[in-house]
Amino acid sequence: MVFKHDVVVVGAGLAGLRAALEVAGNADVALISKVYPTRSHSGAAQGGIAAALGNEEPDSWEWHMYDTVKGGDYLTDQNVAEILAQDAPRAVYELEHFGVPFNRTPEGKIAQRAFGGHTRDFGKAAVKRACYAADRSGRVMMDTLYFQVERKGIKAYPEFQMLDLIFKDKQVVGLVAYELATGEVHFFHSRVVMLATGGYGKIYKTTSNAFANTGEGLYIPYRAGIPLEDMEFVQFHPTGIYGLGVLLTEAARGEGGVLRNDAGERFMERYAPTIKDLAPRDMVSRAIWTEIRAGRGVGGKDYVHLDLTHLGEKKLAERLSDITSFVKIYLGLDPARELVPVQPTCHYMMGGIPCDVDGHVLGDKHEIITGLYAAGECSCLSLHGANRLGCNSLLDLVVFGRRTGLQIVRDLGRLPWNEPPENPDRATVERIRRIKERKTGEKVGSLRSSLQEVMTTNCSVFRHEETMEQALLEIRSLQERYARIAIDNKGLKFNTDLLDALELEALLGLAEAVTVSALNRKESRGAHSREDYPERNDEEWLKHTLIQKKDGEPRVFYKPVTITRFQPKPRTY
Amino acid sequence: MEMRFKIFRFDPEVDKEPRFQSYTVSAEPHHRILDCLNKIKWEQDGTLGYRMSCGHGICGSDGMRINGVCGLACQKLVKEYEGTEVVLEPLPHFKVLKDLIVEMDGFLEQVKRFRPYLISTSPPPEKERYQSPEDRKKVGDVIRCILCACCTAACPAMDENEKYVGPAALVWAYRLINDSRDDAFRERLKAVDFKDGVWSCKNYFECTRVCPKTIPVTKSINLLKREIEKTFPERSH
Repeated sequence: MVFKHDVVVVGAGLAGLRAALEVAGNADVALISKVYPTRSHSGAAQGGIAAALGNEEPDSWEWHMYDTVKGGDYLTDQNVAEILAQDAPRAVYELEHFGVPFNRTPEGKIAQRAFGGHTRDFGKAAVKRACYAADRSGRVMMDTLYFQVERKGIKAYPEFQMLDLIFKDKQVVGLVAYELATGEVHFFHSRVVMLATGGYGKIYKTTSNAFANTGEGLYIPYRAGIPLEDMEFVQFHPTGIYGLGVLLTEAARGEGGVLRNDAGERFMERYAPTIKDLAPRDMVSRAIWTEIRAGRGVGGKDYVHLDLTHLGEKKLAERLSDITSFVKIYLGLDPARELVPVQPTCHYMMGGIPCDVDGHVLGDKHEIITGLYAAGECSCLSLHGANRLGCNSLLDLVVFGRRTGLQIVRDLGRLPWNEPPENPDRATVERIRRIKERKTGEKVGSLRSSLQEVMTTNCSVFRHEETMEQALLEIRSLQERYARIAIDNKGLKFNTDLLDALELEALLGLAEAVTVSALNRKESRGAHSREDYPERNDEEWLKHTLIQKKDGEPRVFYKPVTITRFQPKPRTY
Repeated sequence: MEMRFKIFRFDPEVDKEPRFQSYTVSAEPHHRILDCLNKIKWEQDGTLGYRMSCGHGICGSDGMRINGVCGLACQKLVKEYEGTEVVLEPLPHFKVLKDLIVEMDGFLEQVKRFRPYLISTSPPPEKERYQSPEDRKKVGDVIRCILCACCTAACPAMDENEKYVGPAALVWAYRLINDSRDDAFRERLKAVDFKDGVWSCKNYFECTRVCPKTIPVTKSINLLKREIEKTFPERSH
């Protein structure tokens, strides 16, 4: 079928929902989502949303901006961080007005708590900047915005998977999507496509990400020749449940939890003497691995302990009840009495589709791709630089989701309906046919686990030229083997077997982009930590990586960082 | 250990009637039932249909009936079922689309009919609307709802009255009725005060028993009934 909407937003997490709300009433906007809209991964965000409201302690947006820039190890574009920090209070009040049930201070204001890397007076001490609703902040924000979208009557297509973007003369014509319930391939003819599809943590074995986070939203434009930016910067969250990767929010440390090694020592004092366990995620993740490598993992194993025992049952129930329940369900432990085994888990992708501050997607000459927009984790505004601070992601989604929606409305007047090519879905239909027709071949599941294993072993918290060369070799061999996969399910209805196969193409392509970008950056900065180049090197590497497919091969080039207020200096806490 | 599964299968493209299919997988005690399902699908039978996403009880995708009890497959561990054959079925009271996948639109419609968004008659202030911690506490339990539908699927009252809006819709009504920032208190209460609304609840407590987020669902519905009687003393039913 052919569907026609002025604006099609792909992804119904917070960025997509917020943008759609802004467009509704001004143009015909539709949402497509590979999962049911209420299942989007924004809902997994636990800890909160940062804003210098100053409700609990004095705070200022300049400090927030500074923390964001320093947290990003100075790779953050400072004009972007300024917009974020300045707009944050408005964005949080707006969420409150929409109905988000934030926790409250005794006088009835939005309550705030400490989070990693958020400080007062430009780094002097930790500050309470995270607004929160217990430890389910993302979920209640998403439900709130989802029902606002429903209230406005915005059309949603649930369980529709984008499989191709259609361009004509580098201008958007629409997209091709697969309807999971029926197996039909549809063409969405539109003047605008906005990508808000989230991250792709599933390139790693241990991740806090949902199964749905496989990155088609980045891979499809990349395949079409649009570059990706800063892909080497992959955030590992320090406290994933050991073995499982399920996230235990940083708010656990914000509320006073501490990390301990085998000897019971609070080791973060040695790595970040000022803010200790509330250091940014890249530093804490490295500290944990350093302890483990030095033989100080608990019982000589590859995990450390998160100690919440001194917080008391009341605080755990009021502010950290979800993670308390995760620990009880998955580990059979009571965090009020017992220590919790944790290990860094892949959590967030700082890199993505290059965008300007109004959501325009930028091509290889930094030109605007007409009709294409992006926001949220799939995008790269260079806001989070080399490492994102906790609670800046939910904020990013609502601030830049809204800005993108506003910009789409402004642009629509001069955006044409481009004539689609004949049979815009032909390539997709052909790809599906090829996969379905192959009778015998390798299974998607085993190929995917090999990829996740390769990335986890060779390109995670610590990196080295040798291991990354190895990773690249193996990724390319997996890409060759991908051409010979076969699936069991030849049916039409809810063929998730086919979907898994199509997702794997994206995972392989993005893993290659991450590894090539990482191999080329010969320094350590933020989440990108090279054992063969342990120092940050501003002289040569204070620049953004861009990676683009050229004749099937990834080509790497660079662009400068925007520095306005804060000159780079050594990053200590 | 070896885990045996008996899984409900129905593909309207090929099956006239639903059937059960058996599978055996090796699993560790700490594995989730969802991990076993994935192993079956990825290694043995790619035709199996079920939903999943976050894998830790936040997205609400993988609600199903596990040995007769509705729950999330990602929250149930293998060790809870040691030595038994695990029977997996789609959520009862829901139309089966394929295997363990059910139609969710009707369920969401019931939630939406009570307008699950804040209604305010005054223009928003410059900053936040104030709310005391005590008032916020009134919704502390119900904001845990993830719309997984386990409560509504498990409710025996749904057998007695198929028009019953179901516990999940009432949880959302409760959430807004008890939000001190909302200005539609009386209209909202009236909206749930009808035969197929709160009064279809007969206190079976199944919703409360199965809720993956431990929301006191039945208690919330009973509080709504009490609030109706208190607010509209003249009413009779």
